[in-house]
Amino acid sequence: MGEAPGTFRKVRLLDAAGMTRAISRMAREVVEAEGGTDGFALIGIRTRGVPLAQRLAAEIARTEGVQVPVGLLDITLYRDDLTTVASSPVLKKTEIPFPVEGRNVILCDDVLFTGRTVRAAMDAILDFGRPRKILLAVLVDRGRRELPIEAEYIGKKIATSATEIVSVTFRETDREDDVWLLDREAAKAAPKVAPKPAREKVPAPRRRSRKK
Amino acid sequence: MTKRPDSPDSAAPRRALSKKDLLDIEGITEDDIRLVLDTAESMREINQRAIKKVPTLRGKLVANLFFENSTRTRFSFEIAERRLSADSIALSATGTSVAKGETLLDTGRNLMAMAPDAIVIRHPRSGAPHLLARSLPCAVVNAGDGTHAHPTQALLDAFTIRRAKGTLAGLRVAICGDVSHSRVARSNVSLLTKMGAGVTLAGPATLLPAEIERTGARIVTRIEEAVDGADVIMMLRVQKERGGGLGFPSDREYFEVFGLTPARRRLARKDAIVMHPGPMNRGVEIDSAVADGPDSVILDQVENGVAIRMAVLYLLIGASGDE
Repeated sequence: MGEAPGTFRKVRLLDAAGMTRAISRMAREVVEAEGGTDGFALIGIRTRGVPLAQRLAAEIARTEGVQVPVGLLDITLYRDDLTTVASSPVLKKTEIPFPVEGRNVILCDDVLFTGRTVRAAMDAILDFGRPRKILLAVLVDRGRRELPIEAEYIGKKIATSATEIVSVTFRETDREDDVWLLDREAAKAAPKVAPKPAREKVPAPRRRSRKK
Repeated sequence: MTKRPDSPDSAAPRRALSKKDLLDIEGITEDDIRLVLDTAESMREINQRAIKKVPTLRGKLVANLFFENSTRTRFSFEIAERRLSADSIALSATGTSVAKGETLLDTGRNLMAMAPDAIVIRHPRSGAPHLLARSLPCAVVNAGDGTHAHPTQALLDAFTIRRAKGTLAGLRVAICGDVSHSRVARSNVSLLTKMGAGVTLAGPATLLPAEIERTGARIVTRIEEAVDGADVIMMLRVQKERGGGLGFPSDREYFEVFGLTPARRRLARKDAIVMHPGPMNRGVEIDSAVADGPDSVILDQVENGVAIRMAVLYLLIGASGDE
């Protein structure tokens, strides 16, 4: 996902090296918290949760020499906003080639925002069985939750305004590793309006007093 | 959830069928067909889970109007509706106001007052679903109308073929039997030729309708000619209830000349698949040895029917549709 039309790049949150470091740290945290590589699985939420899950698994394989199971989850059928979109989102396949029963499931997504995607993902996972625990790993937590959901493993945490957009790209899906904070062009123009009335108010009485 | 700008979903394309209804294959595009088949792949995965239900169509109402006997199609639609969490009601010709002489349009208008999101209709008259679709604002799905069309059957057949062969384009498909009474044949010829498959129709001259060549299919009167070298053999049911039995002297003779026997099956490619829309007349159009043989995908067709109908309902009423 590059710059959406009508937006501009504000701040780079992570570059390629920063992303790699964040993911390695998250992988270490997962292995430490899980007490090894047994009993848990990574499930990436389509689309950009998938490369995160695969990178975490690759990192764990590199350091621990064990391939942990990775699944892919399409949450379209569980979304709560289907009635507000004009036409049906294209369905992609869900592939969870292992039983979730009794396992710790670590959901992976690129950005944690309102929490609604994660809510839908939890509903979807529960239809596959009863995991022992569901945890959440995200590359960026940008705040502004609309549901009581928190991430266990976080690459980078930032506070954002409602107009800002967090754009995450992975080399697997978008050719390059990059994380940018974008904002809408409209928001850039907006602050100029505010100071104007203040400036007018102050000199006005002074001018009057000079005349007197 | 309002559109989340940084959500991966918002970057994904949104698609719908090009029409509000699914009435026949002629009325939809190649893209529509591909979209239904691709969506059905995801729906098929749901049907293999321990919990075969998703909340997608929660709060949507689907009315099933079956004015003609049906087991497979009706159950298939009902299962599809339940798996997507839609509420469904069933209406049959007996035991309702239809038996009291109400017209189809009046039944539809009265039903509309109860605000269904979709109506699934099977009717003995060709064109009945089109009449409803023109006058009602909800989505109408044709579950078979007279001798005209059976689009979801053609879609599930195409899905079954694509799963077995990987593609539709370039395949040689033989459709054999009572072509003149078969809406399944009509919809299948339309869909398969649209997607680039070569279709050969075979049947007794008495059961081949006039001007059938216009469909773009090759027409032969010997089953051997159609089956020779085919990738797919699709047998049609002799529709006795529509007068299909009048086209030939006896079931025995029909079987002798047009029945799919193991010997005729061997004329087709080694990896050919055998299909039948059901219900089968064993010993009339198909030999049990072939129907239950290793190349038969007849029960796969039934299984895939649920996924196809889930895909169609999802694409027609899954989103609000106010573009």
